[in-house]
Amino acid sequence: MKTKIIYRILSALVVLSSLVVWQGCKPKAPGSVTMGDAANKAFVPPGKYDEFYNIVSGGFNGQIGVYGIPSGRLFKILPVFSVFPESGYGYSEETKPMLNTSHGFVPWDDLHHIALSTTKGEHDGRWAFANANNTPRVARVSMKTFRTEEILEIPNSGGNHSSPFITENTEYLVAGTRFSIPMGNKDVPISSYKENFKGSISFIKVNPSDGKMNIAFQLRTPGFNYDLSRAGKGPSHGWFFFSCYNTEQAYTLLEVNASQKDKDFIMAVNWKKAEEYIAQGKGRIEKAKYAHNVYDESTHSATSTMQQEVTVLDVMEFPDIVYFIPCPKSPHGCDVDPSGEYIVGSGKLAAMMPVFSFTKIQKAIANKDYEGDFSGIPVIKYESALHGEVKKPGLGPLHTEFDDKGNAYTSMFVSSEIVKWNVKTLEVLDRVPTYYSIGHLSVPGGPTAKPHGKYVIAYNKITKDRYLPTGPELTQSAQIYDISGDKMQLILDFPTTGEPHYAEAIPASMVSPNSLKIYKLEENKHPYAAIGEGQAKVVRKGNEVHVSMTAIRSHLTPDNIEGVRMGDVVYFHLTNLEQDWDVPHGFAVKGNAGNAEILVMPGETQTLKWTPDEVGVIPFYCTDFCSALHQEMSGYIRVSPAGSNTPLKFSTGVIEDSNAGK
Amino acid sequence: MKYFLGLTLATMMLLSCSPGKPNQPGEEPDINKSAVEAITDPTKGIGAIKNVTLENPLDQERIKRGVAIYEMKCQACHKLTDQRIVGPGWKDVTKKRKPEWIMNMITNIDVMLEKDEEAQKLLELCLMRMPNQNMSVGDARDVLEFMRQNDGEK
Repeated sequence: MKTKIIYRILSALVVLSSLVVWQGCKPKAPGSVTMGDAANKAFVPPGKYDEFYNIVSGGFNGQIGVYGIPSGRLFKILPVFSVFPESGYGYSEETKPMLNTSHGFVPWDDLHHIALSTTKGEHDGRWAFANANNTPRVARVSMKTFRTEEILEIPNSGGNHSSPFITENTEYLVAGTRFSIPMGNKDVPISSYKENFKGSISFIKVNPSDGKMNIAFQLRTPGFNYDLSRAGKGPSHGWFFFSCYNTEQAYTLLEVNASQKDKDFIMAVNWKKAEEYIAQGKGRIEKAKYAHNVYDESTHSATSTMQQEVTVLDVMEFPDIVYFIPCPKSPHGCDVDPSGEYIVGSGKLAAMMPVFSFTKIQKAIANKDYEGDFSGIPVIKYESALHGEVKKPGLGPLHTEFDDKGNAYTSMFVSSEIVKWNVKTLEVLDRVPTYYSIGHLSVPGGPTAKPHGKYVIAYNKITKDRYLPTGPELTQSAQIYDISGDKMQLILDFPTTGEPHYAEAIPASMVSPNSLKIYKLEENKHPYAAIGEGQAKVVRKGNEVHVSMTAIRSHLTPDNIEGVRMGDVVYFHLTNLEQDWDVPHGFAVKGNAGNAEILVMPGETQTLKWTPDEVGVIPFYCTDFCSALHQEMSGYIRVSPAGSNTPLKFSTGVIEDSNAGK
Repeated sequence: MKYFLGLTLATMMLLSCSPGKPNQPGEEPDINKSAVEAITDPTKGIGAIKNVTLENPLDQERIKRGVAIYEMKCQACHKLTDQRIVGPGWKDVTKKRKPEWIMNMITNIDVMLEKDEEAQKLLELCLMRMPNQNMSVGDARDVLEFMRQNDGEK
């Protein structure tokens, strides 16, 4: 939402300040684009599969949306940094620790960017990584289970925006602070920005076998804003590039005060060099507090551990790690082409786009071809690093993706269009309108060394009249363009949830064969699982009552429970005994204030905590329509007054004398 | 799953018309081939199990494994008496059905419910599709041995 407002302000500014009449500045009215054979290109017949998965950030909803391309059909909303009623994520006792932070339980965050794991610069279909922009964190999602498996908090960060971009073999993902802050929770005047505020870039190591993450080191960098990032690849492997804005170091009214200079920076980081310094023990250990949350697939449970320190390298003390390259006017996107040679800077207030050459950057560093320094860090001469400029590409360039034919596709926020241009010749080849005000865009494999091409998908910031109105708040508008020919062709509008920022698309063939169908009962190591109806039981531990319950079409065992008293806390540990794909069971019990329901996959165990607040006989039932006798899948739990001596007992299918248990 | 009723109706009415699902390799048995087998001996059911040789005395190791599988995956719906809960009780099942039919029912449930008349009669009776409990042929054989013991064989 914040980004949206910034975009709006930006667009207003640019339109006001630009006296040039720009062709394509005003989007054509909806429906004026002829469709031709578009319907055929986007049509996936009933029962057939899409060609690509589109893994789409949900923005302010803190989730990921999974869509099919080219149909635009929504398959799944995958909760990451937000609680989710559909699956009980953040409500079940097993998943609550996933949302724990050094500040406590944070139920909702803002998720901006997706990075799919790569090997040798190409998609490998193993994991998706995502960032929490507000309370700084990164997450790892399994592409086998489509579940969030790990969340790592980032200390010393004022907002995790330039994240989680990854190196070509998923060695590291980065987390760069958007806002510089005084490190170490210092109480200083805001006006002491230049003196006290610092940037922080975390390098997070990913274990190649199981994907587990840890912060390998943090770079302390000059105090301004770090926006977006991309790792080098091929010849530039070992380097990372970050777009930086507010090199004016403004701390108020940034829309004006951070737009003063003609050029800000792209920061080039030699992370291999930083790695060497760390290996030599040159990092300093600093105290920090940050949560590391891991979901265990065999116990179906997450644990949250508080970490205590990070290793820090101050780049002002190691001047051969970092170099600045001047880049016009508050660059946003900073994208590396598939060859790894070209780095595209998208100055969102600039009327052209610079493309830098990695070879030239290296030569300039070797020759010390600098125009000066910033906080002691060398600033390479603009012309020495430049491959060339894309002239008059459009207004408000934000992000660039690449196809498999040497072309680039840049989103133009202000002029609402996608511009296709050739990376080597810098010649503009084609432009198409988007509806409206495109933010990010995605070409399948677009950020990798081997793009899959075929489509470009636009994630628009403004929806307006594209869909039936639904009050003041509208669905978000995404659009798919066929890019297989010379001209881009709009083939489909599709609505998305939340407010997508970055997204990646990956061939379905790299993901779907590995998709998990069930959790095997034989491998269920949950401490309260009832693996078979014979293990169902109710156990009292002080004022805690643990119900190990089973579910199978169409009954719960036990379905009669007595002996619970006011003041007790009841834990329903539900094991789904089904071993067939797509047979979840749900569980809900009346009056569960502050908590919700759970949904349990075949072979899985999940726990719902319930604190009874009144005496009586309370119904519970399965919430997922599972069979013809689903309505029968229910039970009762009797709650007696505090201190009463109703005996603890439980059963299913036992018909008792009506006087029993009085 | 959520459209169980619809599916059941579709299954009953369109016996030969399976939905055009994309094939997952190794996922779906060859229905047509199995159907031919069914014609040759309908009482053996449809599936990979063509011929089971039973021996006495019973294999105690198999029974041990069969009991464990029963308690984990079957007990919730099948009693060991003749009482029907969700599915029929198991008493005398080995006297009523051929061993091949029982094992095909366990390992090839979706095809059995679509094509096998006896399986369909049970579906009409219980109004519940027996779940695919992800059992191997070996698992099914272990369970069969336990059923034989339950029916009094030595």
